[in-house]
Amino acid sequence: MKALLALEDGVTFEGEAIGAPGTVVGEVVFNTGMTGYQEILTDPSYAGQIVTLTYPLIGNYGINDDDDESRQVQVSALVVREACEHPSNWRASRTLREHLQANRIPGIHQIDTRALTRRLRAAGVMMGILTTELTREEALRHLRASPRYDEFNYVRMVTTPEPYAWDAEGMKPVDAPILPGTRYRITMIDCGLKYNILRRFAALGSRVTVLPCTATAEDILATKPDGVALSPGPGDPALLGDIVAQVRRLVGQVPIFGICLGNQLVAAAFGAKTFKLKFGHRGCNHPVKDLVSGQVTITSQNHGYAVDPSGLDPNVEVWQINLNDGTVEGIRHRSLPIFTLQYHPEASPGPRDSDPYFAEFLRLIDRSK
Amino acid sequence: MPKDPSIRKVMVIGSGPIVIGQAAEFDYSGTQACRALKEEGVQVVLINSNPATIMTDTEVADRVYIEPLTVEFAERVIARERPDGLLPTLGGQTGLNLAAQLAEAGVLDRYNVRLLGTPLSAIQKAEDRELFRETMRAIGEPVPESWIVESEEQLQEVAQICPYPAIVRPAYTLGGTGGGIAYSPDELMQIGRLGLNLSMRHQVLVERCLLGWKEIEYEVMRDSANTCITVCNMENLDPMGVHTGDSIVVAPSQTLTDKEYHMLRTASLNIIRALGIEGGCNVQLALDPNSFQYYVIEVNPRVSRSSALASKATGYPIARVAAKIAIGLHLDEIENAVTKKTKACFEPALDYVVVKFPRWPFDKFVTADRRIGTQMKATGEVMAIDRTFEGALMKALRSLEIGVMGLTRRGTAALSDMQIEEGLATATDERIFIVAEAFRRGMMVEEVAQLSNIDPWFLEKIRQLVEMETRLRLHARELRDFAHNPSDEHPAASLVRTAKSKGFPDAILADIAGVDELVMRRARKAIGIEPVYKMVDTCAAEFEAETPYYYSSYERGESG
Repeated sequence: MKALLALEDGVTFEGEAIGAPGTVVGEVVFNTGMTGYQEILTDPSYAGQIVTLTYPLIGNYGINDDDDESRQVQVSALVVREACEHPSNWRASRTLREHLQANRIPGIHQIDTRALTRRLRAAGVMMGILTTELTREEALRHLRASPRYDEFNYVRMVTTPEPYAWDAEGMKPVDAPILPGTRYRITMIDCGLKYNILRRFAALGSRVTVLPCTATAEDILATKPDGVALSPGPGDPALLGDIVAQVRRLVGQVPIFGICLGNQLVAAAFGAKTFKLKFGHRGCNHPVKDLVSGQVTITSQNHGYAVDPSGLDPNVEVWQINLNDGTVEGIRHRSLPIFTLQYHPEASPGPRDSDPYFAEFLRLIDRSK
Repeated sequence: MPKDPSIRKVMVIGSGPIVIGQAAEFDYSGTQACRALKEEGVQVVLINSNPATIMTDTEVADRVYIEPLTVEFAERVIARERPDGLLPTLGGQTGLNLAAQLAEAGVLDRYNVRLLGTPLSAIQKAEDRELFRETMRAIGEPVPESWIVESEEQLQEVAQICPYPAIVRPAYTLGGTGGGIAYSPDELMQIGRLGLNLSMRHQVLVERCLLGWKEIEYEVMRDSANTCITVCNMENLDPMGVHTGDSIVVAPSQTLTDKEYHMLRTASLNIIRALGIEGGCNVQLALDPNSFQYYVIEVNPRVSRSSALASKATGYPIARVAAKIAIGLHLDEIENAVTKKTKACFEPALDYVVVKFPRWPFDKFVTADRRIGTQMKATGEVMAIDRTFEGALMKALRSLEIGVMGLTRRGTAALSDMQIEEGLATATDERIFIVAEAFRRGMMVEEVAQLSNIDPWFLEKIRQLVEMETRLRLHARELRDFAHNPSDEHPAASLVRTAKSKGFPDAILADIAGVDELVMRRARKAIGIEPVYKMVDTCAAEFEAETPYYYSSYERGESG
């Protein structure tokens, strides 16, 4: 089956379909990671996006039953150079094509993904349409009539409908008994979290209570948390004033850890604005410099917006920056137990070099008790 | 930290003669290092016994001494030049051994010469088997059970208790000279004795054999601020049991999930930190194809053959960066020489596949044993890049200059089925052609995988190439007609397009069609089947590149 990818500037790519039939509109972005397509597909921060993977051979190790990062495939569509039909890995249980079809996600392969990436690098991310049924003209017409990525509150779509808990045994109801030996109670606001954040907290002796993004400061404090974590998530943080307002009310009440979108929400609570990056940071090789220690860490990233530090409350400092473009990669409060990271310490996909920040947050909780 | 101002003159030890196990890769890294040092305003004194190298050209170093690489001669050069520092980690094992001897003989202390880059203690920790194992145990990185043997008596004891097959590796030799796999106590005694004689330290290692496990390598860099990065990883197509210098190697790894990739990457970073290396190092790991279990096999605390490959495969100049780290610079202070905008502190993202293929000298040593194992026999290698594995493999095969155009080698078709099975089970220079022949005879991927231990992913790709060849043969007559009457609508046009995208050269298409190669080339060009040229830019097109290099690919798309 043929498939067509059309960009809003009129550039089109013809290839073969690899997923479900149909038509889908989304923001076209690229990720330069060479592994981790299963984690990327199920990362809620990709909601509303047509994701291009720059590594040309995708699907080599198949799809397995363990590496999903949320309850379903989240990307709008997938774009690759070559999808592997004969995967090889001891955990593989199905092919990439089967996975996309089962999740009713369209995809395209056999196109020049490097040409597409260069286009996005030059012009910035843009809206696109992937279709297995429309002609080029129909597709472009449909695309121009469609709402834009920035208009949607995707966080509302991907957040958990109901609260749940997570500990060393995995997901469970909020009222399930607390495991013996549990040392910390973390409450996480789910704006589009990845399971590995929960797994990392659980591995360090925490029980995490996950609340929908509509939770108020009272709801959050009612769970008696030792610390509150704000998750990553999709879309424009400027649309999330309601969450920012709740975060502002938590400041000073409880230790706070913000990850990715969580960084932007905390920054906004302290007066900063956010802006859209030309083509975002998506990949597993982004160098981040810790301005205090001078050390540089390779990080896993997935964000299209960044914090403009100019409006930040003087009690808050930028403590980490991106070595490539100098954008904010983390802020922390000078006196309160609050810090954030713009990248993904939970890795999955990507390097695990910043995993120690989970323990760091728990130590911060210990110190502030 | 900026460059250390007390380092004004540096002596670099070259790689010495080209021998089996150590070839021109160290000339490449040494030259890069000399230039990198001069760029920082450091005066470079080079000592090398091999005048037939690029690095001994007068413009590469400020002073060149063509002298034997011995303590005696090196001391004379040091006495005359009085360098502030000595950089030994870029001339391969030869340079490292000489530096160790110079330090032991007290020459460096006598003339107040600082050893730059990786400290001697780190080199010893990586190269002395017992120290290395202790270090790995201390950081919880698994190493296979093994026994250090330093005498014939110890060898006899170990022969009684070790599991078979067992691997014998002599310490401090080039390319694993004197090593081998022992399947019985008798064989262990035989190989062990030879190894003891060949080892500079009269030391061999007997180790649990991980035959058939995946062999994965990481190229890692560390600076004095303890910042670490991996330049790339590589997967050996030939599983454990074949020396990596004799393996077909693919970058990046193809069959590792993100979890496996990063589990081994994290291990590699833990190792370079524990050893305290300042510069580049190569970590070799064995991964069970059926679980997350892995073992650390070996660490080269220096620029190695693999780092030369990783450099060319990624566009990341490992030797250049290692030289700058050695004189005090940090990774985030060194420019990415390809993009000129980003820093050397990042990890290259590839948007292509790299295949390294060894070149063995069996055409010259016709009576030599063609089996390959733990002792390296290749004298050179080729590297090919493409957007597909098939394309890269086919390019590599053609570049070997052994008279093959693809997966067919003279004589293979005449082998009996039993010889084919034996040829799959035994690693030789011809195995890849035998794999292809097995598929021509209808063997299944699973059967070939069982006999060869080669991962089914690679085998499936080879099977598809054979299938393509079969399809071409089935349509020989249409191909011939296409060659004479090319048009887009011709029934063979799409076949030719697919074959080209899978790396088939015009020579094979012409041979099948029974026409001249030039006729076939003209025909496919007439319908616009031409390669595009893509960049090696270190970043998968994320940033613009100032000084990239290019590879060809028969992809429907654009150059750039």
